[in-house]
Amino acid sequence: MTTRAVEGWTLQPLTDFVREASVRLVLLMTPAGQVLAQSGFSRAVDVMSAAALGAAIMASTGELARQLRQAPFAALNHQGQRHGIFLSSLRSERGPVVVLAVYDLDVSSLGLVQLFFEQMATDLQAASPKTASKQVLAADFERELSESLNTLFGR
Amino acid sequence: MTAAAFRHALDLVTRVRGVRGAMLVSGDDGLVVAEQLMGGIKGTAVAALAASLSGRLRRAMEAAGVGVSVFWHLQAEQGALLVVPGGGGDSGGLLIVAVAEPDVNIGLVRLELLRAAEAVA
Repeated sequence: MTTRAVEGWTLQPLTDFVREASVRLVLLMTPAGQVLAQSGFSRAVDVMSAAALGAAIMASTGELARQLRQAPFAALNHQGQRHGIFLSSLRSERGPVVVLAVYDLDVSSLGLVQLFFEQMATDLQAASPKTASKQVLAADFERELSESLNTLFGR
Repeated sequence: MTAAAFRHALDLVTRVRGVRGAMLVSGDDGLVVAEQLMGGIKGTAVAALAASLSGRLRRAMEAAGVGVSVFWHLQAEQGALLVVPGGGGDSGGLLIVAVAEPDVNIGLVRLELLRAAEAVA
């Protein structure tokens, strides 16, 4: 399974998470949907779609929690017949990181994903550099996106 | 099934001398359904990993053609993990899990785990 990172400090914690939780697909991204790392995806278009949808779900549930005067939901899990989707966020020195993971129910479980997600959150917190992340301006967005996708797919 | 019934099932196991904790675990999800644990035992981690192991053992038993597992016992240097799958057909069902001291009476724990499985069935 291919694991690649735009931000190098995410690579080892992500690789460990993929191996230990036996997840099939993972995306690490900012709340705005900017991808930091991916594992298991084979097409750039799938990464872009998943990042956009994952960020939108996090924004929607965050707003729902705000409307209910609750703290943001810790995690969201959707279980289908063969696959589960786990969506949560964690804190790092570079700001919040949204994690989208897809797992096969035959080889993993929500308990395993939650367990190793907590480990990854600790590892990412420790690994994240204390410098602020580079802001992507609208004018540079397409070039930045293209460069990120090239990195994520080893082009 | 009520919380009181789950507590009763766990009481059957934890009253055995040398048992440090007992849990009901969802075999499909690896999540804790009910627990009575002494301090120092990471319940969520034990639940997730025991359920994962249970799924793999179930497949190994099927592949070996020996039917479903009814009890498993893992002995370690400083304790033991004992599990009775509580049924549930093709799915993982409920697992009754005990964490025990190394010198616990295994036969007695097994008996109480099987009783607990009946109680939650």
